[in-house]
Amino acid sequence: MLTSLNQRALIVSLLIFGVFLLAWHLATQGSGSVQQMDPEYAKLMGLTATKGTSAMPGPLDVAAKIWEHLKSPFYDRGPNDKGIGIQLAYSIARVMTGYFIAVLVALPLGFLIGMSPMMSKALDPFIQIMKPVSPLAWMPLALYTIKDSSISSIFVIFICSVWPMLINTAFGVASVRKEWLNVARTLEVTPIRKAFTIILPAAAPTIFTGMRISIGIAWLVIVAAEMLVGGTGIGYFVWNEWNNLSISNVIVSILVIGLVGMVLDQILAMFARMVTYPE
Amino acid sequence: MTPVNLVVNDTAANEKFISIEGIARRYPAPGGGSTTIFENIWFSMKRGEFCCVIGHSGCGKTTVLNMLAGLELPDDGVNIVDGYAIEGPSLDRAVIFQSHALLPWRTVLGNVAYAVSSKWRDWKKDKVNAHAQKYIELVGLGASLHKRPSELSGGMKQRVGIARALSIEPKMMLMDEPFSALDALTRGSLQDEVRRICLDTGQSTFMITHDVDEAIYLADKIVLMTNGPGAMVAEIVENPLPRNRDRINLHKLPDYYAVRNHLIDFLVTGSKIFRDNIPAGYDPRKPPLVRPGADKPLTPGDRKAA
Repeated sequence: MLTSLNQRALIVSLLIFGVFLLAWHLATQGSGSVQQMDPEYAKLMGLTATKGTSAMPGPLDVAAKIWEHLKSPFYDRGPNDKGIGIQLAYSIARVMTGYFIAVLVALPLGFLIGMSPMMSKALDPFIQIMKPVSPLAWMPLALYTIKDSSISSIFVIFICSVWPMLINTAFGVASVRKEWLNVARTLEVTPIRKAFTIILPAAAPTIFTGMRISIGIAWLVIVAAEMLVGGTGIGYFVWNEWNNLSISNVIVSILVIGLVGMVLDQILAMFARMVTYPE
Repeated sequence: MTPVNLVVNDTAANEKFISIEGIARRYPAPGGGSTTIFENIWFSMKRGEFCCVIGHSGCGKTTVLNMLAGLELPDDGVNIVDGYAIEGPSLDRAVIFQSHALLPWRTVLGNVAYAVSSKWRDWKKDKVNAHAQKYIELVGLGASLHKRPSELSGGMKQRVGIARALSIEPKMMLMDEPFSALDALTRGSLQDEVRRICLDTGQSTFMITHDVDEAIYLADKIVLMTNGPGAMVAEIVENPLPRNRDRINLHKLPDYYAVRNHLIDFLVTGSKIFRDNIPAGYDPRKPPLVRPGADKPLTPGDRKAA
């Protein structure tokens, strides 16, 4: 084989994708067995009973649906019929808002915990108890106190993204090499300058790893949160299409959620690469 | 920077430029009480002098150096530099770390410039960089200004460490086994450079080493520490070799083997038995000053070897 590893991997990927599409296509061809029934009754039954079509949409149905969405992603025909682009924009906006508030809280607090062993010990029990709580468990409390479903989902995003960032920041700051701190001490560097020129760059890769974990979790949680509170967002869209029994749309949403999640992860990975230093 | 000619000014301040006065380090021992790593250590250094400390691991050499750097404070006694007691780290005393301790996210220039801008906080960026560059060129790394430490070899990293220490124009340099992680060839050429720079700049230097030949080549004065715990300064060896010695012909100098045997005897046996055989008239405040030489009467350790 003369082709490079990447090319071979690409060929295998395409092969797997092709086999998958073919299997999917064949599996959704329909049973063919059609019962004879009264036309009045047939109107009440689905296409599966009358024409033998599969209840599961095939790849061509989904492709047609995707094309439909791509043609007009931002249409708005009332509260229950908005384009998938609008729904995504709502979800991304909520994730970003909750996430950035979490950054603003977690980074300084993580610095404090990382620099002070006393604060680290003092705050440890709270973190240990709060961290394993499913973010959705906060939802009723948030709805009760905030009384706004959209802000409540932002709060849920905040609470789920804060922990990995907090813990990684504290860990990164606490494990800055002693010799680098000694360099700062022998150069009589002021505490503020030390924080920005030694501790922050030294801990940045660890901090960004935490931020990357957080954005992943936030994107997982927003779908569930929006299913719960409804109204707008990609999570609500999925649940709404399930209620409409539009399985094609559900499949399209799954794809789109995956794509957006990947893009968010890659953006953070890019930042992480920028601050990583080889030793 | 301290001008070289100050060395000849024979004032008291220059005789005792650095004075270590009765310092001790104790750790709490398990089950109460305390373990004494060393105590009652006294010696002094002249301005412009190169002083090496030799002793086995665990005798507290690095602790003495950290105390001179101000990174640690003694449990007893005091260290005085140029008339002032050391109370913390200072830009007057530059440390060259064993592990070079460069900041990996900064370039060579960035690392040295960081030190320069820490010392002269109001300097403009251009001035800082020009000053840093001068010292990077002094250690022969002018071509690697914009490389990161990960792109440099071990010897080059240590050179950057030396440039960083020199760039702040300190009153003294403290080196903790700076060359122990390097291969023999690199170590040799760096020793040459350090010796050249120290002679040129009249820098006072305190260095820890395990390498007897390194000490003989570089030092004016070699402090011998006995084994810890309870380490003490057994004696101070004055280097009898001429000041204009060079590394290649070092072993051909008449006094070379006398001083080398003296040091090795101490490391092999003397450092162990000294504590139990303290010579008559030994005063920890004034450790004996010896000058081994081919033409002089030998100390007991040398007599055995002869």
